Amino acid sequence: MEVYLDNSATTMCYPEVGKLVYKVMCEDYGNPSSMHIKGVQAEHYVREAKETIAKLLKVNAKEIFFTSGGTESDNLALIGCARANRRGGNHLITTSVEHPAILNTMRYLEEEEGFRVTYLPVDENGAVQLDALKEALCPETILVSIMYVNNEVGTVQPVQEAAQIVKRYRPSILFHTDAVQGFGKYRIWPKRMGIDLLTASGHKIHGPKGTGFLYIDSRVKIKPIVFGGGQQRDIRSGTENVPGIAGLGLASKMIYQDLEMKTALMRELKNYFTDGILKIGNTKVHGAGDENSAPHIVSAGFAGVRSEVLLHTLEDKGICVSAGSACSSNHPSVSGVLKSIGAPREYLESTLRFSMSEFTTKEEIDYTLETLYNCIPMLRKYTRR
Amino acid sequence: MKFHSFLIKYGEIGIKGKNRYMFEDALVRQIRYALKGVDGEFLVHKCHGRVYVDCEGEYDYEETVESLKKVFGIVGICPVVRKEVKEISELKKDVVAYVGEMYPEGNRTFKVEARRANKRYPVNSMEINCELGEAVLEAYPQMKVDVHHPDVRLNVEIREEVYIYSEIIPGPGGMPVGTNGSAMLLLSGGIDSPVAGYMIAKRGVEIEAVYFHAPPYTSERAKEKVIDLARLVSAYAGPIKLHIVNFTDIQLYIYEKCPHEELTIIMRRYMMRIAEHFAKKDGCLGLITGESIGQVASQTMQSLAATNAVCTLPVYRPLIGFDKREIVEISEKIDTYEVSIQPFEDCCTIFVAKHPVTKPDTERIAKSELNLTEKIDELMKTALETAEVITVSAGE
Repeated sequence: MEVYLDNSATTMCYPEVGKLVYKVMCEDYGNPSSMHIKGVQAEHYVREAKETIAKLLKVNAKEIFFTSGGTESDNLALIGCARANRRGGNHLITTSVEHPAILNTMRYLEEEEGFRVTYLPVDENGAVQLDALKEALCPETILVSIMYVNNEVGTVQPVQEAAQIVKRYRPSILFHTDAVQGFGKYRIWPKRMGIDLLTASGHKIHGPKGTGFLYIDSRVKIKPIVFGGGQQRDIRSGTENVPGIAGLGLASKMIYQDLEMKTALMRELKNYFTDGILKIGNTKVHGAGDENSAPHIVSAGFAGVRSEVLLHTLEDKGICVSAGSACSSNHPSVSGVLKSIGAPREYLESTLRFSMSEFTTKEEIDYTLETLYNCIPMLRKYTRR
Repeated sequence: MKFHSFLIKYGEIGIKGKNRYMFEDALVRQIRYALKGVDGEFLVHKCHGRVYVDCEGEYDYEETVESLKKVFGIVGICPVVRKEVKEISELKKDVVAYVGEMYPEGNRTFKVEARRANKRYPVNSMEINCELGEAVLEAYPQMKVDVHHPDVRLNVEIREEVYIYSEIIPGPGGMPVGTNGSAMLLLSGGIDSPVAGYMIAKRGVEIEAVYFHAPPYTSERAKEKVIDLARLVSAYAGPIKLHIVNFTDIQLYIYEKCPHEELTIIMRRYMMRIAEHFAKKDGCLGLITGESIGQVASQTMQSLAATNAVCTLPVYRPLIGFDKREIVEISEKIDTYEVSIQPFEDCCTIFVAKHPVTKPDTERIAKSELNLTEKIDELMKTALETAEVITVSAGE
C-alpha cells in the first residue's frame, strides 16, 4: 500500500490542473506582453487566475501578484516593504517559529540592511504570545509578519487578534502573514482581518511547483526586489509563468470547493489518528489538539525511536512522512520549532510530521497506525546503549 | 592554437621489458575509456613506441586534457601541432608561427630539439636545430637560446608528418588500470575509502567495491551518495562493479548477542568476511580499506589486528600513515570531498558504543562471536545472496 502523508511538503497535482498546465504550455503558449492574439489569450489565463484568487480572498484582482512560490513571496513582502517604508522606522517583528523563508530573510535584513528584528516567543502549543507582541511594538515598528499555520506542528496562529493589536497600536504598521500552510485549509479574508500582505504557494494546494502569489493591499508601499521588463505593475518583473499561474488559479478554485466538508473530514481523521498514536504509549502529539491546530498536520514524537529510522521504516512499508519540516530536512538537526514550544528532550529527535490532504482515507490512516504498532516496539529494542 | 594530437608520455611502463606491450595496450584502452564522454573524434594509437591521441576535426580541448589527466600511467600530455613535411625554408615558417602563437610575450629562453625519424628528410637533426633556432631568433629578438636550462624545449620531429610541441601538461602518473589484477574496496560514504580506492587504482589495480547499507538505519540517499562516490572514483579507475549488501539483520543480531563496546569491531569483522567472499568469487587479489592508524577506535593497531585476523587475502590500506588533513587534500583533488561530506545522516550511530573498546583482544572478540553461532551463518548467507550488484561508470 502506498500512503502519502507528506502533504505539507508538497501535494499531488490535481489531474485537471496538470491537464490545464499542459494545454497552456503546449497550445496557448503566448507571452501576455505580446500584442498579438496569442498574447491576448495568455493574458486571459493570468487575469482569470487573478480573479479566481481575488474572489476567494475577497480582495481586488489588482492586488494579486504572481511569484515563483512561497519563498519568493515572503522575500518580496519583507524586503520590499522594509525598504519602501524605511523612513517610517527600522523595526520589524516576527515569531521564532516561522518558516526559513521568513527567518532567513529577516536575518538578512538585520545583518545587511541594518533593521532591528524582534522574534516573538510562542507558548507550549506553538501559538505566538500576544502580550509579547504588545510589548514589542514601538514607534519604530513598520512591519509585523506572523505565519497563518505553523508548518511543523500545525498550530494556527491568532493572526486576526495579532493584526488587530498591531493596527490599534498604529494603523500604518504593515501586517504580513505567510499563509502557505493555511491557504486552501481556511477561508482567509485579509481585508476583514487586517492583513496587508499574504503569501501563498501553489504546490501545497495540489497546484504546480514553482508557483505562488503575494496579496498586496493597494495602499501598501512596496519596492520590487527583481528588476526587468516591468511586468505585474513593476512589482514583479519577468514574463509571467502562464501555465503555472493558470494551474495555480484552477487549484485554488478546486481546493476551496466544499472546503468545510473536506476540512471536517480531515479533522475527523486527524483526531482518530492522534488517538491511535497516543495508544502506543510514550508518545506525544505536539501542539493543541483542538480547533487551534490545522486539520491536516499531526506532529508526533515517539520516545526512544530516532525519527530518521522510523521514517525509513515507514518508507519501506510505502508510507511517506517527514522528519521535522521537509524544507529543512536535508540538514538533520533538532527542530527549532520543537525547541521553541518546549517539547520534552526525548521527543526532540524522535518526532515525525504526518500531513494529510483531502485525498487521505481512513484505510490509509489505519494502515499507518497498524504499521506503527508493529514497528515501534521492535525499533525501541535497538537503542544506543 | 589548434592542436591536432596529444603525445602521451609514460614513465614506469616504459621499462617493463617484454610486458611492455601489455602495459601500452592497457594505457590505450584506459585513454579510450576516459575520452568516451568527451566531445570530438579521437584516434588513440601506438606508433614507434609512443602513444598518440589524434583529434580529427573539432573537439573540446579543455575537456580532453582534463580527461587525460585522469588516466593512470600518463606522466605527461604534450599538445602537438602537426604539419605536412616540407622543405626546410617552409618548416621554418611553421615553427616561427608556432612560437609566435604559443609565446606571444616573447622573452623566453629556448632550445630546439629536432628529431629526424624519417631519414629521407635531406637535412639532419643538428642542421635542423641550427636552422630553426636561427629563424626563431630572427623573428623574435627578445628570445634567447639556452641549451642547458631553457624555459621552452621546442620539439620538432620529422616523421610522416612534422610534429611540433613544447608544452608538457603533467599527468597523474601511476600505472594503467588493468595491469595489476583487481582488488575489493570496502566503500563507505566517508572521506577515506574513495581516496583509498583511488590510490590503489593508481598502481594499475582494477577496483571492485562493496557497500554495506542498513535500512532503515541508513537512507536511500546514503546509498545514492555511495554510488555517486563510486562513479567519481571510476573516472580514474574505470568501471567499478559495486556490491550493495543489506547488513541490517547481521547488525541487529550482533547488537543483541554481543557486548556493546565490541559492536563496531565485530561488525567490521563481518564486513571483511563478506568483502572477502565477493573478492574471492571474482578473483580479486586483495581487499582495500581506507583505514589509518588511530583515526577512530576501530582503527587502532589492536583493532586493525582484530579485523585483519578474519581475512586470508592481503588487506591493502594505502592511507595507513596519512593524517586526516592529507586524506582530505587528496579527496579534494579527486573531487570526492564535496560528495563525502554531504550530511545524509547515518543512523547507525545507535550501534556505536559511547565507549567502544580501543584495544580489543582478538581472541576475546572471537569468543564473543561464538554468541552468534546459532543464526549468523544463515544471516550471512542471506546477505550474500541478496546483495545487489551494479556496475558504475564515470560517463553515466
